[in-house]
Amino acid sequence: MSFVSFFSSADVTLATKLLEVVYMIMGLLAIYTGVKNVCDKENSSRIPTGIFWIVLGIVIGFGRFINGMENGAVITGVLIFIMVIPAILKKVKPGKMDKPTAEQSERLLKKNGMKVFIPALSIGLSAIVFATFTELGAIVGVAFGVIIGVIFLMMMSKENTPVVFLKDTERLLSTVGPLCILPMLLAALGSVFTKAGVGEVIASYVEKIIPSGNVTVGIIVYALGMVLFTMIMGNAYAAITVMTVGIGGPFVLAYGADPTVIGMLALTTGFCGTLLTPMAANFNIVPVAMLDMKKRFGVIKNQAVIAGFMIVFNIVYMLLFS
Amino acid sequence: MIKLLGILIIILGFSLKLDSILIIMLSAIVTAVAGGLTPTELLTTLGETFVNNRSMAIFILIMFVTGTLERNGLKEAAAKLIGKIKNPSSGKVIAAYGVMRGIFGAFNVSFGGVAGFVQPIIMPMATGAVEASGNEINEDHEEEIKGMASAMENIAWFFCQVLFVGGSGGLLIQGTLAGLGYDVDLGALAKVAIPTAVAAIVSSMVYFILKDRRLMKKYYKK
Repeated sequence: MSFVSFFSSADVTLATKLLEVVYMIMGLLAIYTGVKNVCDKENSSRIPTGIFWIVLGIVIGFGRFINGMENGAVITGVLIFIMVIPAILKKVKPGKMDKPTAEQSERLLKKNGMKVFIPALSIGLSAIVFATFTELGAIVGVAFGVIIGVIFLMMMSKENTPVVFLKDTERLLSTVGPLCILPMLLAALGSVFTKAGVGEVIASYVEKIIPSGNVTVGIIVYALGMVLFTMIMGNAYAAITVMTVGIGGPFVLAYGADPTVIGMLALTTGFCGTLLTPMAANFNIVPVAMLDMKKRFGVIKNQAVIAGFMIVFNIVYMLLFS
Repeated sequence: MIKLLGILIIILGFSLKLDSILIIMLSAIVTAVAGGLTPTELLTTLGETFVNNRSMAIFILIMFVTGTLERNGLKEAAAKLIGKIKNPSSGKVIAAYGVMRGIFGAFNVSFGGVAGFVQPIIMPMATGAVEASGNEINEDHEEEIKGMASAMENIAWFFCQVLFVGGSGGLLIQGTLAGLGYDVDLGALAKVAIPTAVAAIVSSMVYFILKDRRLMKKYYKK
């Protein structure tokens, strides 16, 4: 469906239209990040950085309409390949940043006090309210919460101008960098796995170990598999795409276990694996260096007891409530 | 068997700390070849799934507020809140931070992690609590406090971030399950995570407070 007919069509629900507007705003923010960095003389890698953020913005903001064209999804697929090249070559870099100063935050805190928590909480609250009480869904709720937060911040201080918000978004996005697309890429990889029949292959092997039809054993293997895979890979998000296609789907969900309970608890059980592994360097090793600790495993050791407890807790929870 | 090559690439690649995006793209290409997908089919699958999962990029919109929040003294306000606990001990400071980190994590608000908050704010508060009781901080105790504070940061963030309706964890679960033909609701997913989050926060509060009490006795003989 083309751009104009989508928004003028009576068959498309308001929720879908609003969601699409939200995606376009997100896309434009990514495109702004790209354009800013192309023009930024202090950025050592202007064009590649620009390519990454602008293509990402196009896919997020207008992906629906590109995919709606003939062979559109192929074009999007090509765009994704173009987007990841500068990222893989480590050519996506942050440029000049206008960081908030301690002076400014102290001064604004003195002026407004604890009121700063109100815009901080508005997004989450709005997401819950929209998801629970409206047909518009959580994402539109988040967007509404962002609007409330922005209005509140603007009322709190004249220093919070629209340009400040835009610059701060760019600053955060550039700081996080290209790794922010990881969840989306992993989801795409998961569906490539499914299309290629990877799940069936794993299932045919696991079948020999797990007695088929035994959901209890299936849940335990799935949960422990999440812990183990996350420990090896250092990333629960990567683990859940593989484990769910291979074990969670065929050995737990296929027998009628509740997908909501199983899905969420599989991920949080994976987090227990993250707590236990030096592979999750960002969380477990970088702090050791940052805090100048003597023991390399000083953070992991303090997490081990809780991780063990939570693994047991989650498995029991899954067995009782799915 | 050959279809599992892509999974092997993922496991090896992440273990060897290669570029994450490279690993994923490589795994997708290899899996497509091994599974007999044509290049067009691979591109279509990538293009469609990526666009269907655009909601995972909602963080971009959220950053529109969080960046400016920092400017308005969010961190300083949080420090003030923790400063209000009575008879502080290192364990209590860490536990209080866990609760606050968890609650705000559920709203997708961060105070800056280990670099931005634990190191500059929690550490001085926690060691300050020991010194306020008339002791000079023991080096091994300080090492343990650092470990506990970083652990609390991780635990609270991991288990509470999934409470945020519209967070990347829930969206990834929704996307993964949709690929297998199961339709799940983001609000319902967050609800499932409530008992887990409470259990994680409460158990680590108890654990760290008890552990710190034991360390106090061990290092300062009072």
